[in-house]
Order: sequence, then C-alpha cells, then structure tokens
Amino acid sequence: MSTKKRILDEKEMERILKRLANEVIEKNKGCEGLYIVGIHTRGVPLAKRITHYIEKFEDEKIHVGSLDITLYRDDLAHIEHQPVIQDSILNFDIEGKHILLIDDVLNTGRTARAALNAILDYGRPAFIQLLVIIDRGNRELPIQADFVGKHLPTSKDESVQVHLKEVDGADEVFIIKD
Amino acid sequence: MKHTLNLTGRNLFDLDDYSVEEIEKIFETAKVMKKINSREYKKIPTLRGKTVATLFFEDSTRTRISFELAVKRLSADVVSFTTAGSAMKKGEGIQDTVYTLNAMGIDLYVVRHSCPGVPQLVNKYSNKPVLNAGDGRHSHPTQALLDMFSIWEKKGSLKGLKITIVGDILHSRVVRSNLIGMKKMGAEVVVCGPRTLMPPKIEEVYGVQCEYDLKVAIKDADVVMGLRMQLERQNEGLFPGLGEYTSRYGLSNKMLEFAKDDILVMHPGPMNRGVEILPEVADSEHSIIIEQVTNGVAVRMALLFLILGGKPDKEVA
Amino acid sequence: MILLKNGMVYLSEEKKIVKNDVLIDKKIIKKIAPAIEEKNAEVIDCAGMHIFPGFVDLHCHLRDPGYTYKEDIASGAESAAKGGYTSICCMPNTKPTIDNISTLNYIMRKARDVKGTKIFVIGAMSKGLEGKEIANIASLVKGGVVGLSDDGNCIQVAKLQLNVMRYASIYDIPMICHSEDYSLSGEGQVNYGYMSTKLGLPGIPTLAEEIMVSRDIMLADVTDSQVHIAHASTKRTVELIRQAKKDGIKITAEVTPHHLVLTEEACDGFDTNTKMKPPLRSEQDRVALFEGLMDGTIDVIATDHAPHSDYEKELEFMKAPFGVIGFESAFPVLYSTLVRNDKMKLEELVARMTSKPADIIKKEVGLLKEGAPADLNVFNLEEFFTFNESEILSKSKNSPFLGMKMWGKIHYTICDGKFTWKL
Repeated sequence: MSTKKRILDEKEMERILKRLANEVIEKNKGCEGLYIVGIHTRGVPLAKRITHYIEKFEDEKIHVGSLDITLYRDDLAHIEHQPVIQDSILNFDIEGKHILLIDDVLNTGRTARAALNAILDYGRPAFIQLLVIIDRGNRELPIQADFVGKHLPTSKDESVQVHLKEVDGADEVFIIKD
Repeated sequence: MKHTLNLTGRNLFDLDDYSVEEIEKIFETAKVMKKINSREYKKIPTLRGKTVATLFFEDSTRTRISFELAVKRLSADVVSFTTAGSAMKKGEGIQDTVYTLNAMGIDLYVVRHSCPGVPQLVNKYSNKPVLNAGDGRHSHPTQALLDMFSIWEKKGSLKGLKITIVGDILHSRVVRSNLIGMKKMGAEVVVCGPRTLMPPKIEEVYGVQCEYDLKVAIKDADVVMGLRMQLERQNEGLFPGLGEYTSRYGLSNKMLEFAKDDILVMHPGPMNRGVEILPEVADSEHSIIIEQVTNGVAVRMALLFLILGGKPDKEVA
Repeated sequence: MILLKNGMVYLSEEKKIVKNDVLIDKKIIKKIAPAIEEKNAEVIDCAGMHIFPGFVDLHCHLRDPGYTYKEDIASGAESAAKGGYTSICCMPNTKPTIDNISTLNYIMRKARDVKGTKIFVIGAMSKGLEGKEIANIASLVKGGVVGLSDDGNCIQVAKLQLNVMRYASIYDIPMICHSEDYSLSGEGQVNYGYMSTKLGLPGIPTLAEEIMVSRDIMLADVTDSQVHIAHASTKRTVELIRQAKKDGIKITAEVTPHHLVLTEEACDGFDTNTKMKPPLRSEQDRVALFEGLMDGTIDVIATDHAPHSDYEKELEFMKAPFGVIGFESAFPVLYSTLVRNDKMKLEELVARMTSKPADIIKKEVGLLKEGAPADLNVFNLEEFFTFNESEILSKSKNSPFLGMKMWGKIHYTICDGKFTWKL
C-alpha cells in the first residue's frame, strides 16, 4: 500500500518562493548580471515565478531561460519511456554572466550535474548557483544547492512530487511511500 | 508524460514502418538538434561510448559526411567502411564484412548500397539497428525525413500542401521515400517528368498524381522539388537530350510563376545548375536547398539519438 | 514383386481414380484389380492413400556437369524421387553445355548409373547457348535428346531462331522456347509493374516474353515445327498460345507451380528465393495462367527446378542468381492450393503432371496401366506438413515455399519396379 502525504500547500509554496527570491537578492547583493535558467519540466515555471518576484522586489528586468537536460543525462539507457526533448531557450550570451539554475527537487544530484554540463556547453559563465524547492538529501554526487525551499530528508523508497499550477493544476508538494 | 513513443532499437529501412506520430517526434527532436548545431560548441555527450559504422558500398561523400558529423556531434565513435580499397574488392561478401564488424562491437550501422534490400540484409546478419542511407533506387529515408523536416519547419505542417516533384522519377530513391512520407503526413503530391523516366503504376503504388507537363504539375504548388538528372541517362535512349529536357522540365522563374507566390524550392543535391534547375531559381529567396543540407545533420542526429539513446520497450507478451 | 493394397489408384487411360490393388512384377505393372492375392509379393498397405503414375517433368536443371555444388545428377534424381517424379528432362545449360555428343554421353552414362529416376536430356539449340551458331542438332537427336532448348538463354536474332527451327523441323521433337527479349528484360529483377516500382528494382516487362512468344509462334507456323513454350508467365502469352492453337499451329506450353500459385507480392521483403525468370507476375497474370491451364491452352505443369547454393542466394537481391527449386514441393503445393480449394480436379492435376508431358516428349512414361513400366508414387493426401529446409533432398534449398504448410505427403516412389523413395 502506498501512502501519499501532503507536505506543502499553495500558501506555503508561495511563501517559500518569495523567501527564496529574497535570499537570492540578499546573497547576490541585488540582481545585477543575474540570468535565471529553469530546468525542464517544473524548473521552468518555477524560474518564471522566482523571476517575477525578484523583478517586483528590485524593479528590474531579468533574463530568464529554460534548459532541457535530457541529452546530458547519464541514465538514458535505463529509463522506461523515451522522453521528448524540449527546446532549451537561452536567448542571451552566458559568457561571464551569473547563472541561477532552478529545479523543483534536488536528490541524487545527477540532474544538477547534467544541467551544469549542459549550461557549460553554451559558454563560460562567471559563476553558477542552484536553487531548489525541495532538497531530499540522498546525494550520489558532491553537489549542493545554494538556495533551498525546504529540506525534506527521505529514504530511497519514498518519492517527492512537486505539483505546480502551470503543469499540474495546483501548487502542492507530496511525499509518497510505496 | 506527453509521449511514450519509443524508437529505441528500431531500424530505418524506409518510412512505411514509421507512424505520423513517430515522424513528428523525429522532427521535434531534430529541431532541438538543429539549435545545438548552431551553437558555438556543437557537441553533446549523449551517445558517449556507442559505436556507429557507416558502410558505404556505393560512394556518396555528402551523405557519409552528414552521418559522420551527426554521430560525432552526439559524442559516439564512428568507423567508416567504404568499398574502395576494402576487403570487398578481394571478394569478401556482405555477410563476412558484417560478421567481422559486428565482432568489433558496432552498435548501429548506416548502410548505402546500389542494390535495394541490402540494409535488411545487414540487419539480418548483425542483429543491430540499421539506418538506410540509400539502397539502389529503392529508398533514402533520411533524405526524405530531412526534406519533410525542411518543409515542416517553414510551413508548420505538411497537411494539405501541394508538393510537386519533378525530374527522373524512375531512378530516384529520394522520390520513393518522400512519396511514402509526404502522403503519410497529409500532403498532396504530384510527380512530373518524361514518361520514359516514370516508373509503372506509380499512382497506384503511392497514391500520387502523375503529370507529364510541368506547367500543369506545378500549378498552385506550395513546394517544388527538382531531382538530379544523371547526365549518363541521356545515352540510354530515355530522352533525346538535355536541351529539350531543360526546356520542358527545368525549374526556371517562368515555371515558378504558375506556382504559389511563397513556393519553396528544394533539391536533394548535388545540383546540375542549368539542367534541372536554373541558377536564377537555385539562388532565389524561394530556395531552401542549402538549409536542407544543414537540416540533414540535425535530422540524422535526431534519429541516432532516438534509436540509440534509450531503453527498448519491454516486449508485450 | 510388390503388391500395393487398397489404394485409390489413378488409371491413366480412364483418367479416373478407383480403389484398387496394384501388382508390380519386376519392371512392369502386372495387374490392377480389386483384392489381388499374391503370396510372393512384398505387400504395402495403401489404405487411405493415393497411387499416381510417376510424375514427368519437362523442365529441370541438374547442373551436372559444371555446377555440381548446386546439384548433380544423383542428387537431382533423389530430389525428384522425393517429389514423386520418375521421369525428368534436364536442360542443357551446364558447363560445358549440352551442345555436343560427348557431354550428352556423359550425362546419359551418369543417368544410367543413377538407379532410379529416368533422366531425359534436352539438347542445345545454339552452340554454347550463345545464340550465334546452330548446335550439332542432328548428332544430338541421334544421341537421344528428347527436345531442344537454349533455356536460360533465348536466341535473340530471328534469323538464327528461324534456321534452328527449320533445321530441326525434320525431327519429331519439341523446340522448347525460353522467351525473353533481352533489350526489354535488361537488368530486370522482378516483374515490371507494381513491385518494381515499390521495391525500386529494375523490372522485367511482360512484353519481354510476349514479343518472343509471338515471334516463335510465327516461326513455328512458317517452319512447321513443334514449339513448346517454357514457363509461360503472362496473360498475353496465354492469349497468344490460345489463338495459335486455334490457328492450328503445333504449339504446346508449360507453366510452373510458382507462377500458378505466387505473385510478385512475394518479392516484397527482398527474399532472393522469390527471384526467378520469368519473374513472378501480377495476380491478373496468375489468374490467366490458371485459366489457360484449365482450358487446355497450357498443356502441362513443369517445375523449372533450378538449384542454387545458399551462398549464391544469400546475396544482395540484384546479385543473386535467378531460379528456384521445385521437385519436392510441386505436387503438395498444387494439390493444396488448387485441388483442395476445389479449383481443379485431382485427376486433371495428375494428367498435367504425367501423361500430358510424356506426350510432348513422346515417351511411354507417366502411365498407370497394366503392362506399363512400374513408375508410380504413393501420397497420403490427408497428411498436413510444413515444407522445411531440413527435409529437402536437393543440394540446394532455394525454394519460395519454405515454411509453407501443405497437404499431401509422399510415402513411396517406385521407378521401374524399384523404390526410389520411402518415407
């Protein structure tokens, strides 16, 4: 029997996103030279929302892009359904820029690794930061996030599902145990 | 998940065994690949550790380079086998050649041969996926895919388009694959050329219209594709000479007037300028001939990725 | 003595199948009657089985001398016996070709050593089958050939064909014509039409055959010789022969089991075992051939057994040689597709494989009657089996019928009173 438990609701999500936007501004002392890149699939709407908050708080226009990391995954030979590659949109030169990568969940670190490789093939940014909503903790690579919405230590037989209005119709986070 | 179509491990002998959805998936993937090809850094690590063999029993430098570039951009290794100076000249058959290469750990074969059906033969002996890079006058599915992708990119869809293909239909492998694919994608296709260069029952086999007058064939066309006229053909008694051929079937500005204003002009290359296509057309704003070549690499990357870069679906009992 | 008990026996003279016993004494059929008792005979219970005259094949390639890796006289004879054949006629496209008396003698001698299947030889029309000079026809006839043919090749020059026919017309033997205009067949691989377009293979138009058939009909008329059209494959060929027969021209014709049963559709997939000359044609042609067979325009069924080794057939489609084997599948294939589907009577099928071909070469073979040579076979028509490569006795396995399920399993073949095949 699998159990499904809600960890975050819409209100809590909103608070977290606003807080994260503020943390980004605080840590980077503003948002100059900041380019935000969401990782497909749910990182893309999340990036847009964070961008929206930062723009509101700072009253400045920020570049936002999206990145599909399928072609950089190390587990293509193991996934059941062949994914459809999404368009990566980076309408700006990343050379020497400050890149903030955004994803919904950080767990093994493999997606973040793939994203780093993918983004580096577009040029050599000054530095890259990583922002995630949920950090599950089961790292398999030496990777850490710079900004974390919520730490949610989980075991391997559990999974975390982030639902977003843009993709799933509602903002919620669930923890599912098999 | 949006799609669950899985092309992993598939052969590409011709487009008959590919569905509309699968062809669209190839196009969507090719779009991404095309973007990668326009980056400063054009390589992605996707197929690291895979090995592709290009077996060109018939010479075709352009197609081979396009495939090899596609393999390299995806970080796979590529070995090329051409008959010039190979063991084939010493009388070794295809079977032994494939067994030998297979023993060295090839993951996918790209095959070009002057005889139809050889890709199937290579697959039979190797038990590995095979991409047909042209078998005789039978088929050339990657060329058709890149042609169709080029149209799809410009027009958004092939549905309802009128596409006219003109030239030596009889000897063209490009035509056969395109007819299968374009019909499948919903286009209306007209083939046009001298009657001696038209294969029998073409209307019946492909469900296309057949015309012998280019003015009629090209009327209101959205796309026109010229085919290479093998210059040797004029010695085979199939048509009197290039002069008469060009005046009746050559793509000129005058001919294009019968088509739609925004007609796309295509050619699978290499062109005989002044024979099947006049420079005024080949270099006009209607021409997407050069882009076809660019798209060739992207489409081949997409195919290689989709066929080699995944896990095959479990056999359904 | 051999006594076959309680079989359904085809009687050649009556063209009827009647339950009977057949007693064989040495080389001769001694008696056909119900309930024969003979103490000294080896008795074989044939209840539920059919006894036919041994089949006669007008058209096969035994590849001996010259290509014995494909087949030789002994293996060909065995394969024929397994198909129920007791008399076969081999074509002269050997190496050297059968255009001279010494090659003919070699085959006759080797055929005598093969105790079993009767082998008749067809001599060349032109020297080396090259279509340039008349072969030594008078010597060949004296040496015992039963027909003349350049089969596999076709004399292109009308003048030479005319002279061959005129020269040979004084002998009472058929000119077996492989009809193919090379300028039209060219590099062709499959039927010119739907399949050649679909597969992108050069096509062989029906016209390549029809032009030569009409030429040879006219030449037969002019020279008053006996023409036999080998492996007819097209609708118009049937029409031409039908008209020629009406016009009183001495013409006969054969059709192969594969042309009667298969169409060009079989070539889809590039199986080189579907590549032969003439090629498999359209359904329209196939139907016309069958109708021609039924109305007597086409006289006989011949196998055109043409063995090729696996390494020759396991090649690119365009490189693989033309031809398929036929002895062992001929009867079951035709019985299953024609007789069992009520398209043809069993008696008719047997006549077209026995007495009719024997008439064309004017030999007393293929007859089941008292006093005739004891050439016969025993089939169980209710036995269903899959035609498998492993059971083929020919040296070559190039059959388009591999894997086909068919009715009619052979149990015995007897030639000149001796078993040449036993299940």
